[in-house]
Amino acid sequence: MSNVLYKPLIKTALALAIASSLLGCSSLGVQPWEKDQFAREDMALNSEKLDLALDDHIYFSKEGTSGGRSLAGGGCGCN
Amino acid sequence: MQLTSTQSIASALALASCSLIGQTQAAETVPANDDWKVDAAIMYYGEQDRVQAAEAIGNVQKAFGDSSLLDLKIVVDSLTGASASGAVAQAQSQTFTRPSGKGEYTVKAGDTPLDDTFHDTRVQLSANWQEILNQDWTTNVGMYASKEFDYLSMGLNAGVERSFNKNNTTIALSGAFTNDVVDPVGGRPVALSEMVFSADYNSDAEYQAAFDQTRLNGDDTKQTTDVMIGVTQILNRNWLMQANYGLSSVSGYMTDPYKILSEVDLNGLTQGYRYENRPDSRLKHSVFLMTKGALDSGVVDFSYRYSTDDWDITSHTLETHYRYYFSPSFYGQLHLRYYQQQAAEFYQPFLMVGDALPEYASADYRIGDMTAYTIGLKFGQRLSGGHEMTYRLEYYQQNPDSNGTEIPGQLQNYDLFPSVKAIVAQVSYSF
Repeated sequence: MSNVLYKPLIKTALALAIASSLLGCSSLGVQPWEKDQFAREDMALNSEKLDLALDDHIYFSKEGTSGGRSLAGGGCGCN
Repeated sequence: MQLTSTQSIASALALASCSLIGQTQAAETVPANDDWKVDAAIMYYGEQDRVQAAEAIGNVQKAFGDSSLLDLKIVVDSLTGASASGAVAQAQSQTFTRPSGKGEYTVKAGDTPLDDTFHDTRVQLSANWQEILNQDWTTNVGMYASKEFDYLSMGLNAGVERSFNKNNTTIALSGAFTNDVVDPVGGRPVALSEMVFSADYNSDAEYQAAFDQTRLNGDDTKQTTDVMIGVTQILNRNWLMQANYGLSSVSGYMTDPYKILSEVDLNGLTQGYRYENRPDSRLKHSVFLMTKGALDSGVVDFSYRYSTDDWDITSHTLETHYRYYFSPSFYGQLHLRYYQQQAAEFYQPFLMVGDALPEYASADYRIGDMTAYTIGLKFGQRLSGGHEMTYRLEYYQQNPDSNGTEIPGQLQNYDLFPSVKAIVAQVSYSF
């Protein structure tokens, strides 16, 4: 019963959060010539992709939840 | 006003040139006209007295012009050692029928039952194509296949990214579909059927007939559909943030065919063992938030992930990486991770004799209450010609917890929720 009551609330809160963050985005950021730091290889979101893939595989195999950072990337029967 | 504007452009240009000069060192490590990039790593994962795994991974990236990128990845891993079966420790030694039905293994009195049957090799291949359509739109498509002795997984994925707000904001939408085929050694156990023992039968034929009664014929499948929407936002000159929402719907065979539950009496004495059974659908939600910052002499990121699903498994994950450059070509990096998980609704550490059998039950600690932490160190050495060598050593510990089940009789003498301690060691090379 409580689920039935909470679900619309959670959905509304999520929608509001996403909408407000998108509106906020338009005022955030830098000019194109101020992006030198983001050109650094170590600032890329996948700069350590092998480490992240190996970590994902370990945690996927040993824990009850997985993914989040990116798509889970397929299954395995890992024990 | 005109003068002010010119001055401001001039100072901006000066700043931009300084930035470019400052980037010379980094640019040298990745020559702009080099279309190939290769990353390779070998990892060892070893648990104390349990699973040992070795994994080799290779990734080749090839750029075609400025707009197309092909990514090919191969992973080979080999697993051996013992894994918790789900049964509980006892004051006497315990004998279990192997999952194949051929042979038995015995666990010493007082020990947590571990099944040492596992030996497996897995090969995984994946390919991804990324196409930058124009300044605002990027798309990608990919495929995936993973094969091990008793498991085959094949999948397709695709995504689209839209940049706006002067490329300060990127919204990404991606999806994946995976089909898995599970063909367990010895067949799939009949849900919650009782383990049989050859010693209880007069002949091999009688035993085999009884064992076959606990098994279903053929393989089974599992389908996973993932959808993810993410926003990446540049906050200021040094910091960006990422927020993802992921939805994953899984249907099909999700039972672990090698896991069992002990059936105990009021004194905590095991009377038998039953094969576990899990629901055949699962809907998962995840929210992932990360911020990453460029420091004068390093990089740092912090992330938080919340995950919940209709099995009632809820988890919180906090993670950080902090890199410090001791020199332009040598860095050290600290990795910390904390994980906390709430048990699936059908998780129970054992079954009670005389209680009605539930529809679903699993004593797999990996879906029980648990906290886990990781502490890791990595060192990276940039070599000439843009090559890089890194070394990583991590310690990972899982601390399973009781879900509040009352522990009867002699079971109180044993640690039913033992910690699992593992070491991860890795060497990587990129060029």
